[in-house]
Amino acid sequence: MTITKPSEEQAAPSTPDEQREPLLRVRNLKRYYPIRKGVIARTVGHVRAVDDVSFDVYPGETLGIVGESGCGKSTTGRAIVRLETPTAGSVIFDGTDIAELSTARMRRLRTDLQMVFQDPYSSLNPQIRIGDLLAEPLIAHHRLDRSGAHAKAAEMLKIVGLPAAYLNRYPHELSGGQRQRVGIARALMLEPKLIVCDEPVSALDVSIQAQVLNLLKDLQGEFGLTYVFISHGLGAIKYISDRIVVMYLGKVMETATTAEIFARPRHPYTEILLDAYPEPNPHLRDRERIIVEGDVPDPAKPPPGCVFHTRCPYAQEICKTDVPPLTTGVHQVACHFPLAIEKLATEKAVS
Amino acid sequence: MASYLIRRLLIGIPVLLGVTVINFFIINLAPGSPADLYLSPTATPEDVARTEAELGLNQPIFVQYVRWLTQLLHGDLGVSFQNREPVAQLIGDRIGPTLLLMGTSLVVAYLIAIPIGIFAARRKNTAADYSVVGASFLGISVPHFFLGLAVIYLFALQFGWFPTGGMLTLGRGGGFVDRVEHLVLPVTVLATAIAANMVRYVRSSMIDAFGQDYIRTARAKGLGGFTITNKHALRNALIPVVTVIGVDLSALIGGAIVTEQIFQWPGIGLLTIQSIGSRDYSVLMGINLIAAIAVFAANLLTDVAYAVVDPRVAYA
Repeated sequence: MTITKPSEEQAAPSTPDEQREPLLRVRNLKRYYPIRKGVIARTVGHVRAVDDVSFDVYPGETLGIVGESGCGKSTTGRAIVRLETPTAGSVIFDGTDIAELSTARMRRLRTDLQMVFQDPYSSLNPQIRIGDLLAEPLIAHHRLDRSGAHAKAAEMLKIVGLPAAYLNRYPHELSGGQRQRVGIARALMLEPKLIVCDEPVSALDVSIQAQVLNLLKDLQGEFGLTYVFISHGLGAIKYISDRIVVMYLGKVMETATTAEIFARPRHPYTEILLDAYPEPNPHLRDRERIIVEGDVPDPAKPPPGCVFHTRCPYAQEICKTDVPPLTTGVHQVACHFPLAIEKLATEKAVS
Repeated sequence: MASYLIRRLLIGIPVLLGVTVINFFIINLAPGSPADLYLSPTATPEDVARTEAELGLNQPIFVQYVRWLTQLLHGDLGVSFQNREPVAQLIGDRIGPTLLLMGTSLVVAYLIAIPIGIFAARRKNTAADYSVVGASFLGISVPHFFLGLAVIYLFALQFGWFPTGGMLTLGRGGGFVDRVEHLVLPVTVLATAIAANMVRYVRSSMIDAFGQDYIRTARAKGLGGFTITNKHALRNALIPVVTVIGVDLSALIGGAIVTEQIFQWPGIGLLTIQSIGSRDYSVLMGINLIAAIAVFAANLLTDVAYAVVDPRVAYA
C-alpha cells in the first residue's frame, strides 16, 4: 500500500486579481486516516479524506467549499486551523506554513485563525457559562485580565445580537440560533484574520439560517474578515461566497467565482450538483433532471483515474485510467472533457 | 427541587420498610436459636423455652416483626440479646470508627483514582494505559480478606511498619499519629478496591469527554493542554463519576465488614460479624436498618450532587 506518492506541485491557482497576495495558500493538502486491523493494529490501508487539494484564499473574500457528505470538506477546514495535522502538503497562512508549526507556536497563531463549528449544541462546553466561554481565549492568550475579558465578551455578545445578560447563562439555556451566535462571538473574540466556518448553518432551522448568514456577512464588512465557508447547501454557499471550490471524494473538481460556477459550470459533477438544487420557482420545475447513479465510492479505495468516472454521465476510457489535472486560471476544472461553455450558456437559464 | 426531595423521601419509607421485612425474615431463617447459644450445653428444654419466651422468640414471626416495628416507631431499636445493652448505644459506639475508616478510604481512593484515570485517558491505548487498566483489574479482583492478610503479613509482620490491627495502641493514649498508623493498612485494603473500580470510570469518562466537540472548540480557541484537561474535560467527566459514589458506598459497607474483621477495627463491621455469630437478631436488625438508610441517603445525595455539578440537570 503506497501512502503518499508525492505528486508534482500543482501550479498555483492564479489570482483573480493578480496584484493581491493570498492570505491562505493550501497546497497539495492530504489527510489520510490509517485503517488498522488485527491484534497488532497493523495499518491495512488509508481513508483518503483529503487527497491533494490546493486553493488560495484572498484577504476579505469568502471562499465557499461545497460537496456532498464525506467529500473531505470538513477535514480540509479543520486542517486549515490545524485541528487535524495534514498527512502531507502545506497550509501557508500569512507566510507561515502552519502544517509545520510546533504546538506552542500554533497556539499563538490561533489568535489569527478561528473556527465556527457546525453543531452549536455539542461544540459549547455545557459546564461553562457563556461569559467564561467567551472570555477564556483572551485570558489564555494574556490579552486581557478577567474583568476586561468579560467586558469584551459583553460587547461581543451585543455585536452578534444577544443581550449581555446571557453572559451568566449556560449553553443549554439558549436556542440553536442563539448558540451559533455565541459560537461566532467566540471565534471573533481574538479578532482573527481568517475564520473557517464549518457548516455553520446546517444544524439550524431554515428561518434562523438566513439570520446567521446575514450576521456573518455584516461582521465580514465590519471587521474585514476572510472566511472559508464550508457547506453542503448550495443556497448558503451561493449567498455568502465570492468564490467556490467544488470537492468530490477528497479532491477539487472545480474552482471559480460564484457567478461562474452557477452560470457556467464546467465539471460534470458541478453540473449535477447544481441540477440537484431545488428550483424555487414552481413553474420551472418540470424540466428534466440529471439522475446520478450509484453511490460515492469508498474513500479507502478510490477509483483509478478520475474519481468521478464511476458516476459521470460523460465518462470515457481515459477517465478510468488517467487522473485529470486541475487546470490553471481563474476558472479551474479537473476534467478530461469539461463541459462546453457555449452549450451550457444557451441551454441553461442563468440562475 | 424541594418538592423533588420530599417526593424522594416519601418513596424512601416503603423502600426501607420492605428492606426491614426481608431482613427480618432472612435473619430468622438462619439455623440455631439464640437461646441455645446463651445457655450452657446442659440447659434443660425448659430453660431454653423460658429464655426464648424472655426474648420473645416463642411468638409467631409476624408478631415478632410487628413488635420490632412498633418499638422502632417509638424510636427504640431494642436491646441486644447477648449483653442486654440498648442496640442504639451499641451502634452509636461503633459508628464513629466505621465512618472514619470508610470516609478516609473513600477520600484516599478518589485522590488516587482521579489523577491515574486522567493519566490513562490521556495516554489511551499505550503501554502506560494498559498497565493502569491491568492493575485496576487486579485491584478489583483481589478479595478483601486476601489483600488484608497479605498487607498484614508484609507491612506489619515482615517490615513492622504498621500495627496488625485495632484502632489504638493500648497505653499510648492514642494520639493522631497512632490513629493514622492504625488506619493505613485497613484503608489500603478498602481504598484499593474502590480506586481500582473508580479508575476505570474516570478513564472511560475522560476518554469520552476528550472526544467531545467542545474539546475541539477549546483547542481551536488556543487553550493549553492543562486547561483543556482539567477545566473543560474533567468538569464533564466527573458527572458520571459522581453518580458512582452512591454505588460505591454500598460496596464500601460490604467491604468494611470483612476488612474490620481482619484488622479487628472496632466498628460496625466487627459488630456485625460478632452479632451474626451470636444470633443477636435485634442488633443485626439495627445494623441492617442503618446500612439501608445509609445507602438510601447516599443515592439521594448522588442525585442531588448530579444537579449541582451538571447545570443541565434540573429536578421538578
